[in-house]
Amino acid sequence: MFNRRSMLAAAAAGAMMAATPAAAQVEIQWWHAMTGANNEVVNKLAQDFNASQREFRVVPTYKGSYPDTMNAGIAAFRAGNAPHILQVFEVGTATMMAARGAIKPVFQLMAEANEPFVPSAYLPAVAGYYSTSRGEMLSFPFNSSSSVMWYNKDAFRRAGLNPDQPPKTWPEVFEAAKKLRAAGYDKCGFSSAWITWLNLEQFSLWHNVPLATRANGIDGFDTELKFNSPLHVRHLQNLIDLQKDNTFSYSGRTNTGEGRFTSGECPIFLTSSGFYGNVKANAKFDWANAPMPYYPDAPGAPQNSTLGGASLWVMGGKPAAEYRGVAKFFAFLSQTDRQAKLHTDSGYLPITQAAYEQVKASGFYRENPYLETPILQLNNKPPTENSRGLRLGNMVQMRDVWAEEIEAALAGQKSAQAALDAAVSRGNVMLRQFERTVTR
Amino acid sequence: MEKRVVFDGKLLPYALLMPQLLITIVFFYWPAAQAVWQSFFIQDAFGLTMQFVWFENYQVLFANPDYYRSMLTTLVFSCLVTFFSLSIALMFAVQADKQIKAAGAYKTFLMWPYAVAPAIAGVLWLFMFQPSLGLVAQAIRALGIDWNPQLNGGHAMTLVVMAATWKQISYNFLFFLAGLQSIPKSVIEAAAIDGARPARRFWTIIFPLLSPTTFFLLVVNIVYVFFDTFGIIDSVTGGGPAQATTTLVYKVFSDGRLGGDLGGSAAQSVILMILVIGLTAIQFRYIERKVQY
Repeated sequence: MFNRRSMLAAAAAGAMMAATPAAAQVEIQWWHAMTGANNEVVNKLAQDFNASQREFRVVPTYKGSYPDTMNAGIAAFRAGNAPHILQVFEVGTATMMAARGAIKPVFQLMAEANEPFVPSAYLPAVAGYYSTSRGEMLSFPFNSSSSVMWYNKDAFRRAGLNPDQPPKTWPEVFEAAKKLRAAGYDKCGFSSAWITWLNLEQFSLWHNVPLATRANGIDGFDTELKFNSPLHVRHLQNLIDLQKDNTFSYSGRTNTGEGRFTSGECPIFLTSSGFYGNVKANAKFDWANAPMPYYPDAPGAPQNSTLGGASLWVMGGKPAAEYRGVAKFFAFLSQTDRQAKLHTDSGYLPITQAAYEQVKASGFYRENPYLETPILQLNNKPPTENSRGLRLGNMVQMRDVWAEEIEAALAGQKSAQAALDAAVSRGNVMLRQFERTVTR
Repeated sequence: MEKRVVFDGKLLPYALLMPQLLITIVFFYWPAAQAVWQSFFIQDAFGLTMQFVWFENYQVLFANPDYYRSMLTTLVFSCLVTFFSLSIALMFAVQADKQIKAAGAYKTFLMWPYAVAPAIAGVLWLFMFQPSLGLVAQAIRALGIDWNPQLNGGHAMTLVVMAATWKQISYNFLFFLAGLQSIPKSVIEAAAIDGARPARRFWTIIFPLLSPTTFFLLVVNIVYVFFDTFGIIDSVTGGGPAQATTTLVYKVFSDGRLGGDLGGSAAQSVILMILVIGLTAIQFRYIERKVQY
């Protein structure tokens, strides 16, 4: 239905273009979820691209939060007028990949438009996340991040801790948080945004323990959750115990609690490296970041972390002329100078190897080491079966269920073991349901 | 010739009714039927695959202990919101009905909150009660109460009940005020002359005469709590912590819109629809008997 309609629209557009060849610009709709400084980055990119040539015009539209943008894209697709480019957060990757008929794989798009595209030019951790097991890149990496530990250096000095030697392991973090609490940060020694992303997902990869079977879902949708292992239970139990005297203080499921770091309330805060812009603009104290903590007795820890952030998906069923514009835009985004600037401006990762090398060679990281932390962490060790990434269906909904169980444990209604067991079994039901909808 | 008061044939009356019927069918029955139809399918978010599964969505729902929990949550939530929004509005209306200076301005101010969108109302309350930033939250903490709606289900419930109540008071106030003003003053004056004190006058004369209004508001408020409050819950607590504020309608919203599970969500809305129809029928059957028109 939508195919026929968009073909008609394409025919009409073609006829119009034939009538007025010079004036007609092909519009490329780009729906995204970037706010604040990052929204300006998006608008600037579109402006620069539009100024660089006359054939196409990229029109960026802010569509709300990550889940809102994804839902808006899905609803628009069902109604037959999806945008060309849809920014989808990493959590939606499996859903998008499974929707074969709804998307246009990026490797195919670039090949058809004869635009240069070499997957090996992209950072392996980035390219791997959005590629099939055969190495075909399905979506275009845009704003990639990883999780890091931000800390308040002034607070460290006040508590008699060495601001240049941040805690490396979880036991060290707990000790530091207790000292910080004693030094006046009594509402919150340390905290974490994205409770499940950092304390279940990244936690599993960083410690080389499975989050789920089948390489965390990358090798197939017939996967089962595994994060009720003794190590996971031990970590949650620690959080429960430390929550009692505010050494750890829960900050909600998303990143709404990040303000507790910039306001100075929580001196240690685990969240995305993409928090950089906000810290730089709002924190009125000396700050830095460090890699995620780990349990030193866990074999292989620390392994490597995985990506967060979002990528650009190309929606299916559009005419070839419009796809040519999308491909040109992606080629424009991949240019080394542009990626290097995007990286140093926004704090998101450089997506190409060349851009990373260029920023490194310029000596930028000596002044700004916190922008390299997530890259080093992603490349810390070669990924294993347990740390290549994760790709689970129904992930948006599943994260809520996991967070619910963690909240119940933190509120003292359930033991750590019972909460994680329940999160695993409730999650497995959702995975089975997802499997049913995609395998046909 | 005989004077006719009914139309000839069947065609004309139906033709005259047609616009009304069409609107009802297109905007009410068709979506409702769609929901019933969709509840028999399992489909992916994009609608690319659809599988007819009979009643499986319902079976899954009734096998899920969380669903019963969210029924209980809804019961608590709706009783609290209905009770508080009706009683507080009645109190305000009785006060506004008295002969006071600037009564007009007073009434206008009381009606304003109704113009605020539910999501914005939610955000307003969230800002006031956010544990580390909110002004009211800091005051509560200063009193020595460990206010934490992010982890304490009771606190979260208190917060959404307050926000939903606040939102509905204006509407109830408006109807109560109109109801009060339609009560003949002579009746109340007669009672006053007979020596009845204000409280007695209120409970034996005014309140019974207000019963049609109260009954109407009861029905409207229950429908409001069941269907209109997900915006508030979404912005204040997101259904959390640990599902403490996941009401039935919020579950429909989060499973369908956020989770992309349209079949399951449709099944839930069908059940919700049946529940509200049942509830309304009970109200009209039993409570309306006590109403004096």
